[in-house]
Amino acid sequence: MNVILDILSSVGMWEAVLRIATPLIFGTLGVLLCERVGVLNLGIEGIMTFGAMLGWLTVYSGGDLWMGLVMAGVGGAMFGLLHAVLTVPLGLSQHVTGLGITLFASSFAYYVFRLAVPTATSPPTVEPFRPLAVPGLSEIPFVGQVLFNQTAPTYLALALVAALAWCLYRTPLGLALRMTGENPHAVDAQGINPVSLRIGTIMAGSALMGMGGAFLTLAAFNSFFPTMVQGRGWICVALVVFASWRPGRALLGALLFAFFDAFQLRLQTVVEGVPYQLFLMLPYALSILALVLMARRARVPQALMQPYRRGER
Amino acid sequence: MRFERRDHPSTGLVLLAPVGAVLAALVVAGLLIAIAGANAFEAYGLILKGAFGSRLGFSETLTRATPLILTGLAAAVAFRAKLWNIGGEGQFYIGALAVAAFGMIPAVAGLPPVLAVALCLLAGAVAGMLMLLGPLALRLKFGVDEVVTSLLLNFVAVLFVSMMIEGAMKDPLAFGWPSSVPVPGNAELPKLMERTRLHAGLLIAVGAAVAVWLVQARTVFGMRSRAAGLNPRAASFAGVPLGRTLVSVACLSGGLAGLAGAIEVLGVKGYVTTDLSPGYGYSGIIIAMLANLNPLGVIAAALFSAVMFVGADSMSRALSIPSYIADVTVALSLLTMLVALFLTQYRIRR
Repeated sequence: MNVILDILSSVGMWEAVLRIATPLIFGTLGVLLCERVGVLNLGIEGIMTFGAMLGWLTVYSGGDLWMGLVMAGVGGAMFGLLHAVLTVPLGLSQHVTGLGITLFASSFAYYVFRLAVPTATSPPTVEPFRPLAVPGLSEIPFVGQVLFNQTAPTYLALALVAALAWCLYRTPLGLALRMTGENPHAVDAQGINPVSLRIGTIMAGSALMGMGGAFLTLAAFNSFFPTMVQGRGWICVALVVFASWRPGRALLGALLFAFFDAFQLRLQTVVEGVPYQLFLMLPYALSILALVLMARRARVPQALMQPYRRGER
Repeated sequence: MRFERRDHPSTGLVLLAPVGAVLAALVVAGLLIAIAGANAFEAYGLILKGAFGSRLGFSETLTRATPLILTGLAAAVAFRAKLWNIGGEGQFYIGALAVAAFGMIPAVAGLPPVLAVALCLLAGAVAGMLMLLGPLALRLKFGVDEVVTSLLLNFVAVLFVSMMIEGAMKDPLAFGWPSSVPVPGNAELPKLMERTRLHAGLLIAVGAAVAVWLVQARTVFGMRSRAAGLNPRAASFAGVPLGRTLVSVACLSGGLAGLAGAIEVLGVKGYVTTDLSPGYGYSGIIIAMLANLNPLGVIAAALFSAVMFVGADSMSRALSIPSYIADVTVALSLLTMLVALFLTQYRIRR
């Protein structure tokens, strides 16, 4: 019991929660955007892998860290464009296309990585984002130490939650986005082209996924290695259902999830006699549990996975 | 520009689609090879030579195709009924683990080989089935999308395998990497070619493809599973028991993926490690789509993937092109196949 209290009262634990949550926030917002306009994007796992690789490669070949993050976003948007073209104007199966994007983007990432680093036994490292202490605020005991001593992309992720929530619920663009996911025919009747809106939004969402991946190589770790995304993309897809497609709840879900992840990591080191693999299974098991709890209650965008063709119902 | 649905896609076009898709994927991958500074034609020549040029290469290609046929079938039967089983990888591992566990029962070593092999295969198939029934139950009971649950279970399955082979099933005689206790010799699948790894599992896989084709084309269950995929509501009105049909489909699909894992252990490795599969479950999805969900087409699509994987390994030793180019090409062929299928169903009008 004492052990658990020790873990819960340490600054390091709560700092880690925010750090672990960051790629999930990027990814979850990305999935949320795509699904809000009615398109499932199962390309996320591969797009995150590609973003992780491209972000790392940019910095490894001399770019600065922000450049790496931006490149990862651009790379993500390109795969988003591919997904969008196949699923929106062509109306192909969103499930299969997304999986295809994941398989293509991740194998492409490994291919480029191996071209850049043909024979390294240990993956080459870069100098990652350092924690950026906000002057004054970061000295507030505990809360300040946890909240205001993070890396810059973490602040960016938190700001994005607010920006996206504002955009979705307080701007005409947001209204059009949400309506595209509910009833694209109505959007078309308003004189807004739902097809281009969908394509643009999927690209933006995929850019966020790519940046989430880059956070892994540029802040959480400092190098790229295959399979490093470890299902985080799929977890984001589950978190969006848990969040009922709302940005605020997506943040909550990502934090809750990161809490359990940070907690199990620390518990592993103090609890003896339990195989460590059981702890590692916890995140996946929790995601499934979250889906079960929310699946019936969540308000699914009505046009999710319905291709739109003008004049067809 | 707009798309107009064709009333009846011609058989010729449908047969041409995978050929066009593979060619398109090869062209794009060829560009990637060229960008990396090698001659694409030379690279493809080396891939073909590596996969077919020697007795060993040829046997390796068929060995590699064996699990791919089975995981491809697993995805094809599920997708036909719109059951999105993306958990082939996990079912493969759990099937493999079940065989290793079953082989640890002392009585198994005393069985006649035919019986030992049959029981081991059954154990693997049943384990794979159970692995998919979980996500299906969640879909039917709670309305949870099985795509994400079956995907997440892949990670749980590999962790479970890792836990077992470092714990209860650890081989005390293995040094270095953890692995399970090997299966007894009488449960190993016989070799098809001397001094190669090619084993009788290939015959089982091809037999399974023919059997699935017969079941889908000639039985009530086949008709029902197709109807459930095409239009569940209409199927239900026509008296198709949707839930029961999906459970049967899940048993078949999970069973096939589990069988793939079982056969890989009994035919190639003899024991289980956490790198038993280089993504066979995921490749199965591509193979199923490339085959247009046709069980006999799965054999051809699996062969194509196996040629790429085996050939790229030897090609990358000769040219400095990473062997990941095989994964890129195969994944690309899934995307080009989707477009090709679209073009069989629609014509483009200005």
